[in-house]
Amino acid sequence: MKASTRFVIGAAVIVAGVGALIATGVKETGIYFLTPSELLAKTQADPGFHDVGLKVGAKVVPGSVRRDQATRTIDFRVSDGSSEFPVTYTGLVPDTFTDASNIEVIVEGKYGRDGVFHATEVLAKCGSRYESELPKARKA
Amino acid sequence: MTLLGQFCLWLALIASAWGAGVAFAGRWRTRPELAGTATASTYGVCAALLVAAACLWKGLFAHDFNIEYVAQYTSRNLPEYYVFSAFWAGQKGSLLFWATILSIFGATVQTVTSRRHAELMPYVAGITNVVVAFFILTMLFAANPFERLPFTPEDGRGLNPQLQNPGMTIHPPMLYLGYISITIPFAFAMASLLSKRLDTGWIHAMRKWTILSWLFLSAGITLGMWWAYVELGWGGYWAWDPVENASLLPWLTMTAFLHSVMIQEKRGMLKRWNVGLVVASFLLSIFGTFITRSGIIASVHSFAQGNVGTFFLVFLILITIASSALLYARWPLLEPEAELESLASREAAFLFNNLALVGIAFSVLWGTLFPILSEAVQGTKITVGPPFFNRVNVPLGLFLLALTGIGPLIAWRKASAANLQRQFIVPSVTGLVVAVALLAIGIRDGWALAAWTLAGFVLGTVGQEFWRGIRARVKIHGESVLLAFNHLISRNRRRYGGYIVHVGILTYFVAFAGMAFKVTQEVTLSPGESAELKSPYGHTYRFTHLGVSQYDQLNRWVSAASLDVRKDGVPQGRITSEKRQHKDSFGRNTFEPSTEVGIWSNAREDLYVVYAGSVGGTDRATYAISINPLVMWVWLGAGILIVGGLITMWPGGAVVGSRRRTGVEAGYQTPLTDAAIGSRPEGAGIGS
Repeated sequence: MKASTRFVIGAAVIVAGVGALIATGVKETGIYFLTPSELLAKTQADPGFHDVGLKVGAKVVPGSVRRDQATRTIDFRVSDGSSEFPVTYTGLVPDTFTDASNIEVIVEGKYGRDGVFHATEVLAKCGSRYESELPKARKA
Repeated sequence: MTLLGQFCLWLALIASAWGAGVAFAGRWRTRPELAGTATASTYGVCAALLVAAACLWKGLFAHDFNIEYVAQYTSRNLPEYYVFSAFWAGQKGSLLFWATILSIFGATVQTVTSRRHAELMPYVAGITNVVVAFFILTMLFAANPFERLPFTPEDGRGLNPQLQNPGMTIHPPMLYLGYISITIPFAFAMASLLSKRLDTGWIHAMRKWTILSWLFLSAGITLGMWWAYVELGWGGYWAWDPVENASLLPWLTMTAFLHSVMIQEKRGMLKRWNVGLVVASFLLSIFGTFITRSGIIASVHSFAQGNVGTFFLVFLILITIASSALLYARWPLLEPEAELESLASREAAFLFNNLALVGIAFSVLWGTLFPILSEAVQGTKITVGPPFFNRVNVPLGLFLLALTGIGPLIAWRKASAANLQRQFIVPSVTGLVVAVALLAIGIRDGWALAAWTLAGFVLGTVGQEFWRGIRARVKIHGESVLLAFNHLISRNRRRYGGYIVHVGILTYFVAFAGMAFKVTQEVTLSPGESAELKSPYGHTYRFTHLGVSQYDQLNRWVSAASLDVRKDGVPQGRITSEKRQHKDSFGRNTFEPSTEVGIWSNAREDLYVVYAGSVGGTDRATYAISINPLVMWVWLGAGILIVGGLITMWPGGAVVGSRRRTGVEAGYQTPLTDAAIGSRPEGAGIGS
């Protein structure tokens, strides 16, 4: 067998390996990323969704955050403008997490049958974090 | 000042358009004075942009808060060095920084490149000018750093506290330097295609630029890891966040290129692949900026959104079309000059290395874009996170690490069985000894064992290469071991510098594997109460809460919590973590509070303490305490890698002549002599 043929076989094995790793990786670790409306629609259509771990991207409802520092529990509500539900989380949240000004969060966990989202992870990102809001500028 | 800055942007735009127009119209081939204006235009662009940059810095230092950018990123009480670095704190300044640096590179490359490549240079000028022009256009029409406000605020908003960190003042520019300098190899690749000068001339002309940009990227990525580690407070340095991934992508393809280009130099193979890798690296560097700036993918590193993303997307598409079309047109001219002779050859090892690197790059790109792809195909967003990336990339990374050890052991063209045996014994034994030692001390984590065993194998390879080289010099030249070591490196910088880079890489792997043994705990403690953590080395750490103190400092209000640390009962001292609330000069809060992590670092492990807040303002405090093994080796690995990289590209050598000519010619000397030696069938391990 020619060396180049052997190489093509070796290369095919590597490419197939990478492909298989990606495919099974996506299948086994990929999780839904939904808006609150999508989540509510899905759980209504199929109650089995209450048991599926997923991520929700939404905004924290201003003024809804209740912290219990002693138990490190944080309760808050999230909304996408049309749907809203409460979230409970035990653990540390990033500094960016506040309920000051409509910050965006990504919560990971399960939307329980009790109507509360039990989060295992809370990521916060804040539009004003790196860029502040200033009145409309004019050209120099 | 803003008027002058604005004017300079337009001036630079016109100059770059002129240079690009002349370069691509092609008339300069018969008219040397036109070729001269094309290359000279880069100096004009550079001068104009330097003035523009000076204008922005002047505005920043003068606290001219009427300039929107100045008001957004600085305040009167911001320390001066952060005022300086505020230049690239925001999008608009970053664009100006990018354009200015690129114009400096564009002008530099015209000055330092040998006359031998005169035919390429107008094209190179044309390409760098097009890229600069794109950034200027984006600034002028979407993100102008010289924009003024309708009123003048009394004080600026100040710099984001997470950016008020010495690492953060150099991390973005370092990463940008990496991204930006990829433009030069890309320009040379395009120039060689346009001019049909498809020999290895363009590769020699830009070789050092590829190493330079690779070094900047490596340093930028590692500084980013360091910043995330000390500033973000989640206890790790890599989270597979889209923004991090974006910086890794061009690094992977550049790494692939640095290896595959050697095959082209020595054997005349892989010409198309190499052009493809350079183009891909450039596109990925623009793509990286695009996804960080456009906000199309959710990332915790949120930057401004706006129509800047559209500019980048259009540019990305245009460049992809233009470069693919050009590559397609020149396809027949890029025939390989040789064929692969054996799987047991350096070439084959490099080819597999390239496949693994590109495979990793592809999987990272796929995982990063998966939310968009799945939404487009299925209508529902599906995300993948660290479990996906680790699952795919840990095996691939280890395969790559193995190749790092195998590659230098196999001869070019075809290795004989005797040669393989001679080469592999020492490294394999080294790896085995490491494995047995780790098993003996009770390490059972499969991936970590594999990583450390392979690291031992690679170290064995590098050690053997150095040892044989030194022994030969001692024998032949009668030099002392130290002198032989010194000469070995200085006479063969590319090869031995490369080995040192490999040691840096294996050091990263050793450190990454250490994180498999991280321990962490969240506790709420009253003063006097304590928590215990068992370190992976079997020691017991006892953390006793001492209390919370609050005070004003510089431009911030601080609440600090301290823990007394005892290791197996022996007092170690006090570790403190802070919550900071930054203020402007009128005492108003700016930004949300930020955390200052308490870190104690040594070669074995880091103690990492995050003060998460006090209970109702009392002395009762919540902490996240971690013991992170081997973290220091990440930073050490970066140091080794940079030293190796600098040795590889250090100018000079044994060539006599003026200093500048020496530098340029040395670039030719190494590959030629290497090729001469490396082409001997049994020249195993000789040649880089």
